[in-house]
Amino acid sequence: MAQNNGFFENPTVKWIEHRLPIFSFLDHSLGSQYPTPRNLNYWWNFGSLAGFMLVVMILSGVFLAMNYTPHVDHAFGSVERIMRDVNYGWLIRYIHMNGASMFFIVVYIHIFRGLYFGSYKPPREILWWLGIVILLLMMATAFMGYVLPWGQMSFWGATVITNLFSAIPLVGDKIVTLLWGGFSVDNATLNRFFALHYLLPFVIAGVVVLHIWALHVHGSNNPLGIDARGPQDKIPFHPYYTVKDAFGLAVFMIFFMFFVFFAPNFFGEPDNYIPANPMVTPAHIVPEWYFLPFYAILRSVTFNILFIDAKLGGVLAMFGSILILFLLPWLDTSRVRSGRFRPVFKVFYWLFFVVCMLLGWVGGQPADATAAGIPLLRIGQVCTFWYFFHFVVVLPLLGWFERPRPLPISISQPVLGGGRIAAAAASKPMEKA
Amino acid sequence: MSRMRKLVVAGALALGLASPGFAAEAPKPPSQSWGFEGLFGTYDRAALQRGYQVYKEVCASCHSLGQIRYRDLGVAPGGIGLGYSEDEVKAIAAEFKVMDGPNDNGEMFERTARPADRLHSPFANEKAARSANNGAYPPDLSLIVEARKNGADYLYALLTGYKDPPAGVTINEGMYYNAWFPGFQIAMGSPLSDDRVTYGDGTKATVSQMARDVTVFLAWASEPNLEQRKAMGLKVILFLIILSGILYAAKRKIWSDVH
Repeated sequence: MAQNNGFFENPTVKWIEHRLPIFSFLDHSLGSQYPTPRNLNYWWNFGSLAGFMLVVMILSGVFLAMNYTPHVDHAFGSVERIMRDVNYGWLIRYIHMNGASMFFIVVYIHIFRGLYFGSYKPPREILWWLGIVILLLMMATAFMGYVLPWGQMSFWGATVITNLFSAIPLVGDKIVTLLWGGFSVDNATLNRFFALHYLLPFVIAGVVVLHIWALHVHGSNNPLGIDARGPQDKIPFHPYYTVKDAFGLAVFMIFFMFFVFFAPNFFGEPDNYIPANPMVTPAHIVPEWYFLPFYAILRSVTFNILFIDAKLGGVLAMFGSILILFLLPWLDTSRVRSGRFRPVFKVFYWLFFVVCMLLGWVGGQPADATAAGIPLLRIGQVCTFWYFFHFVVVLPLLGWFERPRPLPISISQPVLGGGRIAAAAASKPMEKA
Repeated sequence: MSRMRKLVVAGALALGLASPGFAAEAPKPPSQSWGFEGLFGTYDRAALQRGYQVYKEVCASCHSLGQIRYRDLGVAPGGIGLGYSEDEVKAIAAEFKVMDGPNDNGEMFERTARPADRLHSPFANEKAARSANNGAYPPDLSLIVEARKNGADYLYALLTGYKDPPAGVTINEGMYYNAWFPGFQIAMGSPLSDDRVTYGDGTKATVSQMARDVTVFLAWASEPNLEQRKAMGLKVILFLIILSGILYAAKRKIWSDVH
């Protein structure tokens, strides 16, 4: 398929290959022997960007850990020492701080790409599940990382979020005590959060390996959402997608580095530059931006549902909003993967996107704020309702009632032939409503 | 509305968020132009030194600046300091005593401060600070610009924002009205008045001049690496733009046989 420039003829390479076939493994994983759909667009860059961010976070994190002290009396000061006295410590910390936001931006785009192009549909359900597991692990890791500088938001964020677990019937309080390592958020909490914050990224790396493994079984989905029909539909990953990913990475780095060097505290809360004080509650406790939609869902349940009180209801809704993604491959009953050929789905997809954005906005505002006379809580409740309605009602019904546009016969046809319209005209519908 | 608020407050209480006396949100302070803003921003060294003088002669009687050491007032590695000469820094440090020890006899002793020491703190601890200030705690100012929304604009507005309270507003005993402080009542009286300090460089010490200078100084104290950061950032971004161009050309060339 592709030429290897005689690489595999090199005697040293041959010697190693005979004993440990690592070069051919890499070549089959990310090299010239990994066939990839030829029509992937730039939305497909975000998977490799996410992998890159994981490496950036682990590397910068290791160097931070060398200078950080996980003790309530020294944590804040040790971070300031990193910022002021450690050589390029400010750079490493700003990379790590903004890297968390970048990681979530990249992963959220990656997820929304999957939602639009139906990447969760057969035979990629387990690939999709593993992605959700990675998201959950990332959230736990990011939350505990935010606690480590031991600023006001660190402390109060930790207090609010760990207290959520007390909503669990019977064992809730015991779980909270276990999380805290005591009876309040204190030194024991900080210590275990540091240990777990260091551990979880490696668990993520392990799940990423599974995620890529599952990916390689059937290969990438593609913007048309149809399976490759033969070798003419595929091109080797290297050099085509290595160079495309490299270009995408460089552009992404401009974005990332702009924040690191010119707006390093853009994503942060000023309150976290105030040392933690258990006696003073900040006026507004807000989580990091990437948790805001879920925070809005949590706060939108202000009423009891049968025997479930409002607090437990909020917690269930918040976790449910992510867990429902596990069921998505079966909730979406349409057999057409790509949103491109689903005119009605497209409308609901963007509506869902707007609802998620609104939830994020509501989550960042004070609980009793209003906009144009409408209490934000109400907007949050409507959006929360729609978030679940989209998955539980809209998607199952769409598969039945929507009439998808005709699918192209093959991937290579619209790329090589006379464009999408000609290809669509020549094709026959694969599915009828 | 009131029912909703009750629910939210109840929820917050249930989450362990007993909210303190709800302070009215202060308005957004007017935006000032600062030399350290923007892609090429730097600190004005003369303003920094004047600002340090204001800090030392006015603020330092109540507020510590614990993250700053005397040596930071010098040139400091990377030229990020205030720019005083080594001898000047030693002389500044020598004005203060610090507690050190224990010595070989197990006793604590006072000695003259050295450039490596942290700036002298006016109070031994928080309790002493509160006891001397009517129960209020003058916060450490090392991160005050980063730790407040609208940072420098807020600080400048606060320092110049003392007014008589509007009709109908009662101010508690020992408190002062400030248009920019959350809740509008602040325990710190107006710290600045015209000619409160005498500048060595002949600049007229108006309230707004001193407020500006000390704000620049405290912005520097919050982020002394700002100039180094921005200078490096320009090079990094320029490099990445060129790299993106090269990689785009490579991508076009490699993909030319696919499309």
